[in-house]
Amino acid sequence: MRNPLADKVVGIKPSGIRKFFDIASEMKDAISLGVGEPDFDTPWHIRDEGIYSLEQGRTIYTSNAGLKELRQEISNYIHRKQGVWYDPGKEVLVTVGGSEAIDIGIRAMINPGEEVLIPQPSFVSYEPCAVLAGAVPVVINLKEENQFRLTAEELEEAITDRTKLLVLPFPNNPTGAIMEKADLEAIAEVIVKHDIFVMSDEIYSELTYTDKHVSIIEIPGMRERTILINGFSKAYAMTGWRLGYACGPAEIIEQMTKIHQFAIMCAPSTSQYAAIEALKNGDEDVVEMRTAYNQRRRYLLNAFQEMGLSCFEPYGAFYMFPCIKEFGMSSDDFATRFLREEKVAVVPGNAFGDCGEGYLRISYAYSLDHLKIAMGRMKKFITRLRTEN
Amino acid sequence: MRQELLKVIEKNSRIDLKELAVILGVQEAEVVEELAALESEGIICGYHTLINWEKTSEEKVTALIEVRVTPQRGQGFDSIAERIYNYPEVRSVYLISGGYDLMVILEGKSLREVSAFVSDKLSTLETVLSTATHFILKKYKDHGTVISSKKQDEREMITP
Repeated sequence: MRNPLADKVVGIKPSGIRKFFDIASEMKDAISLGVGEPDFDTPWHIRDEGIYSLEQGRTIYTSNAGLKELRQEISNYIHRKQGVWYDPGKEVLVTVGGSEAIDIGIRAMINPGEEVLIPQPSFVSYEPCAVLAGAVPVVINLKEENQFRLTAEELEEAITDRTKLLVLPFPNNPTGAIMEKADLEAIAEVIVKHDIFVMSDEIYSELTYTDKHVSIIEIPGMRERTILINGFSKAYAMTGWRLGYACGPAEIIEQMTKIHQFAIMCAPSTSQYAAIEALKNGDEDVVEMRTAYNQRRRYLLNAFQEMGLSCFEPYGAFYMFPCIKEFGMSSDDFATRFLREEKVAVVPGNAFGDCGEGYLRISYAYSLDHLKIAMGRMKKFITRLRTEN
Repeated sequence: MRQELLKVIEKNSRIDLKELAVILGVQEAEVVEELAALESEGIICGYHTLINWEKTSEEKVTALIEVRVTPQRGQGFDSIAERIYNYPEVRSVYLISGGYDLMVILEGKSLREVSAFVSDKLSTLETVLSTATHFILKKYKDHGTVISSKKQDEREMITP
């Protein structure tokens, strides 16, 4: 029989998280700090709208780009938060999670052989999506000394004649890094100078612990060369609803909608009705969850300090990215031993790119009580490691 | 800090001061000061424990009693409310808008004890016009806490 598989797909290595997931799920009594999704339930009034739409029998396809009312609410929301306006008729596309938007955004913009710049450590999807789109992924290794922000120099250095698109993953999973206005202004200059485009994945925008999240679309000259990606998973604790969106110049959204129309049809209608409610009446829920995350963030930062574990202060998402280089072992070894000996699952930093080696991703999408137990075990573990050395 | 502090301790009054200071991002001394201020201003009125008595061997009956009263000249409902809330078996007294005036929450050892309170003490007050007693059969949620079941974390151990 012939080989049924496509070389391009076979060539993509499985996510580093997967391997670790298999070990962790065998251990029944282990506790986890490894999730990338909120511990809150979707607020009840949002779930209730989903239920109501089902009761009303609204179980049919919506328009390809998504319910008109939802696109209008998305446009209002971005205008409210970022002060930038998108035409709900032509510049907003509702997708199946932010993930779909990443995939079709890259596919809509890239010709074979063109380069996509991917700062790492970052979410695991960008590189495979770029490869599947025929792009050449070019990794930019972010540095802790820059608080894992992307600098203009790093960007400049990575750009070639073939560079088409920069993925901008902030607030960042797994580091928790953010880009402030001055950081964005500095890279915007380079972006315009080399005439490249930006895919700004701002799925964690609501989980920013400084005054306010700043989007690159707010920087003059950037709206017209940026695809903005966001969604409902993190802000409204709606991961399982699979709902995200992309906003951008009409000509790009039009082509993305074409792929979406043929590959997906439309995002789930139940989720879309619920999402309208989230955008209309969910602001207080977001504040409440953000406040809780921020308390946990402070708790972990303090716990690491007390253990003498080096960790830069993250201002976004719900992750800490402590450095474990002092123990002279790889992230994989550390995480494996931590799991086996103390029964706590964390994700090795290198699962998010080679430059994450020497770090761990620790999620604080858990209750304070849970975090306390986990930090007790972590302290025990690293104390033991230090006496071993 | 005040609002956030209140929200945290409303859910967990046993949280230790050091931890409270850490999660609020302030000094421990500031927390101590603020708590003292909140107590003296009468904003914090007590630190109670939510107990599911059903799981203990102690027999308890709770009743909600709707009370219609005649307000008194110059004092409105306050003096009759006071006469009622002074009974130690009365847990709560609220002035209510709508079809009746006072909502009285009463806790007793048995139906008989609660009935005796209503007929002997409450109904005989001269300003009380009528009462309607409702016994609580089961508490599902109290003080914002779901009592019946604890939810399991069903998330995968590790997700990207």
